[in-house]
Amino acid sequence: MKKEHPKAKKFGMAIDLDKCTGCGACMVACMAENNVPFKKDETNKLDSITWLRVYKLDNGKAYPDTEICYLPRPCQHCGGVGDHGHSPCVSVCPATATDYSMETGIVSQIYTRCFGCRYCMAACPYHARYFNWWDPVWPEGMEKYLSPNVSPRMRGVVEKCSFCFHRYQQAKNEAYLNGERRVAEEAYQTACTQACPAGAIVFGDLNNPQHQVHQIVRPDTKNGNKSRNPRAFRLLERTGTNTKVYYLSSREWVRRAGDNYLAHEKTGQVSKPHH
Amino acid sequence: MLTPLPWKLTDDLSIWTQMWPWTPVPEDGEVTYEKSVCTLCPGGCGIKVRKVGNRAVKIEGMDGHPVNEGGVCLLGVSGLQFLYGPTRVKTPLMRVGERGSGKWKSISWTEAIGQIADKLNALRDSEQAHTVACISGAGRGTVSALLERFLSAYGSPNFLSASTYHDAYRLALKLTQGADAGAGFDFENSDYVLSFGAGLFDGWGAPVRMLKTNAIWQESGTTFVQVEPRLSNTAAKADQWVPIEPGTEAALALGIAHVMIKERIYNREFVNGRTFGFDDWKDENGRKRKGFKRMVLDGYSPETVAGITGIEPQTIVALAKGFAAAKKPLAVFGRGQGLTPGGMNEFMAVQALNALAGSINAKGGVASVADAGYIDWPALNADPVAAAGLATPRIDGAGSEEFPLVGSLINRFAAAVDAGKDYPINVLMVAGANPLFTLPDSKLVKRAVDKIPFLVSFSSYMDETAAYADLILPNHVYLERYEDVPTPFGMTKPVVGLSKPVVSPLYNTRNTGDVVLSLAQAMGGPVADAFPWEDYKTCLRQSLGNRWNDLVENGFALDRYYKMRMNGNGRSFDTPSKKFEFFGGGSASPEYRALKVEGDESSYKLVLVPYTFLRLASGAIGNPPFVTKAVDDTVLKGNDVVVEVNPKTARSLKLREGKDAILSTPRGEVTVKVHLYEGIKPGVIAMPTGLGHQAYDEYLADKGANINELIGPVVDPASGLDAAWGIRAKLSKA
Repeated sequence: MKKEHPKAKKFGMAIDLDKCTGCGACMVACMAENNVPFKKDETNKLDSITWLRVYKLDNGKAYPDTEICYLPRPCQHCGGVGDHGHSPCVSVCPATATDYSMETGIVSQIYTRCFGCRYCMAACPYHARYFNWWDPVWPEGMEKYLSPNVSPRMRGVVEKCSFCFHRYQQAKNEAYLNGERRVAEEAYQTACTQACPAGAIVFGDLNNPQHQVHQIVRPDTKNGNKSRNPRAFRLLERTGTNTKVYYLSSREWVRRAGDNYLAHEKTGQVSKPHH
Repeated sequence: MLTPLPWKLTDDLSIWTQMWPWTPVPEDGEVTYEKSVCTLCPGGCGIKVRKVGNRAVKIEGMDGHPVNEGGVCLLGVSGLQFLYGPTRVKTPLMRVGERGSGKWKSISWTEAIGQIADKLNALRDSEQAHTVACISGAGRGTVSALLERFLSAYGSPNFLSASTYHDAYRLALKLTQGADAGAGFDFENSDYVLSFGAGLFDGWGAPVRMLKTNAIWQESGTTFVQVEPRLSNTAAKADQWVPIEPGTEAALALGIAHVMIKERIYNREFVNGRTFGFDDWKDENGRKRKGFKRMVLDGYSPETVAGITGIEPQTIVALAKGFAAAKKPLAVFGRGQGLTPGGMNEFMAVQALNALAGSINAKGGVASVADAGYIDWPALNADPVAAAGLATPRIDGAGSEEFPLVGSLINRFAAAVDAGKDYPINVLMVAGANPLFTLPDSKLVKRAVDKIPFLVSFSSYMDETAAYADLILPNHVYLERYEDVPTPFGMTKPVVGLSKPVVSPLYNTRNTGDVVLSLAQAMGGPVADAFPWEDYKTCLRQSLGNRWNDLVENGFALDRYYKMRMNGNGRSFDTPSKKFEFFGGGSASPEYRALKVEGDESSYKLVLVPYTFLRLASGAIGNPPFVTKAVDDTVLKGNDVVVEVNPKTARSLKLREGKDAILSTPRGEVTVKVHLYEGIKPGVIAMPTGLGHQAYDEYLADKGANINELIGPVVDPASGLDAAWGIRAKLSKA
């Protein structure tokens, strides 16, 4: 007898860099959604907590052949080789403060477990993790806008993008209360996806062929989840981190910027799992 | 590592040193959403505000809103930092120390309004009503109209509003098409967009609508060409970036026109049938005038234009061919966000291109969009005092023989007050504006304001102008008040929005609309009689009429029956010739005029241009902390503004990446950091607009320098509006 088990979800993103204008709405929507604090001086970008940071890339050519491209970088939610959850950060955390969810594919961060060793930050190839060197301080009155859905962090812990996991929890509760079995695609969307005025970010379940993100990415599960879309690439794809954030660009130099290619190497190659 | 002891101890240690009572625990409660409209810029996006209990916790875009369709910009998302932020003025304040010293006394509303009423009545009684001036940032909408009406009833002609490219476009439409309307751009349906410097994705027009437009173009394959000296975020999205010598855009437009006419690839049906002034013509005095065709063929060959603009002749020819070959081409002029309007000839030259392509009032082109026209109040009966005051010439020269075309020239205000030639200004009221920060030539503006004995600010925030004021009558923040939002710039149909209270007012503030009504009441006599409304909400509701219910429910109202004004069906233009007039009846011309900016070339070898983009609020409102956090370190580093210099130029000046330098112009000097950027034309320095605030909070004050300290206004001879595109400058090692 065939019993129907709901297939595990694998939430991921496709970010269209042709559509992205670098306006920064996603960055700020993320800060506002997730109670991210701010300091008087945020110009040292190494200690400026931005779960999602928009990088400015250029093609390295001199005037007037210069081109620039913006690249928003949330946590890439690495699944590791074969989606076994061996993401670089999860593998090194001695406190089990960061974990890989087999149910959703989301890499979590549990602040109260974190004791600030920052191994995960050293391990993360994407600089997606940030350390709270100071206790957050909101000017008097401004703590009024803090959302009860995300706990404010304290000095000494690491934080990062959670794919707005609290929104998934809310959507699940809502679906349950409405007597629905599954969470609809539009019921769980991250704050950055929702804010993006250009519709450049598409978020959903990569395992669900009905979801737009799946249709854009068309992941090749036999080939390390590499996208079948010729415009798509992932960051440092060849390291086998098996990230769930896919980028789309029609420009070859942008796709090339996604990894450390040697001059003779072509883009779009994924190394075979080495064990 | 066989023993767990080290980990356990670290864990305990961190737990005991991390759990402090001051880490906030946000209170939970019932979640609700309130719809409203954002007024932080004139973009007019629909927003929905998430509330938990009675706290507003997040601003998101409103789905289904005709401007932003669910999207938002970063400033809009940060709105709650204004609402709950430390920069708010919480109660009426009267200055007690030196101006700008920050010493205030809290006073009651009755006292505050009484003070102004007495002062204004005394001036009116001594026949000095005309020495009262008012600057309204918006220049549109009912609050601005109430202020203007107040000034008229009182007897002063000196009502000023912040002029932008929108005013210049309105004027260009008036001259060439006879339309008293705003310019609407049907970008979504165009297949070839040629932008002369307009920062379409850098905050131009209704910013979120434009960002959506980019996504549409990426899918539709619309060709987009951006002409400007700097590789801006807009140019970065273009199919082709055409770097140009700053200030020569009009010449390029005419060069393109030259090729189109010479190769006979213009829309002959439109040009022959529906334009006037293409061939030689006679003006109303019977004087023979050169037509657009001969002007362009004689003076703007690709070779000549190449010499002016620095663009290769073959590029000019290719642009002309691409533009002419497109089915629905559209040309647009502007400078970044358009804070500086620009020269009338520049707008007319670019509109001439649209005429050559037949893109005037056409699908995918540029159309005149009628104002929603809901402010239809009973006419004023000026008493003799008011009539005498209103008969006085305006201090800024708008509407005079020299500048008959425009109603307000804020760029000439400071110089006129400083010179004090005709009459002094005794009272200046400022609402929704921050002239001490946004007007060019900060030193001059400060000098002018120092000559005004009484400065009243209606600002919600302690901005530069409020900090320097004698009296502050704080407005509610937009999330606490009712206010209408007129059609955002560039939209192809009228969209009226309504901003409404999302939370109850936090402090002892009042809607400026109500304050104007109370002030009129307190003054009594003919001024009070001019305002028949009990309160602002009544006035607003009556003005909006049958739109009100839609507005309260949805946040916006569309005119269901409105159709974009199209060509054909025998519809003509409202000009005397009933045609599109290339020369606007002779009062202006699309002819290129080298507008020299200040500074001699021998001592100031470089050119400084301002640039605007979405991550720096450059208008009356300064950046909230979130937005400043999103600013790259190639724009602001520590407390220094970073300027962009081409590596070639930097080499010749012996400047290196990240180093300090002194940037000086004929108007001022500031310390900057240098960023080597291949995306800027050699010889040009680009500096962001929006930094260098002195007021606001510690998250914004003293960061970077204000470009207005370095730049002065340049008067456009046709309109009188500010046409400055930059200034000559020098950059040297610090």
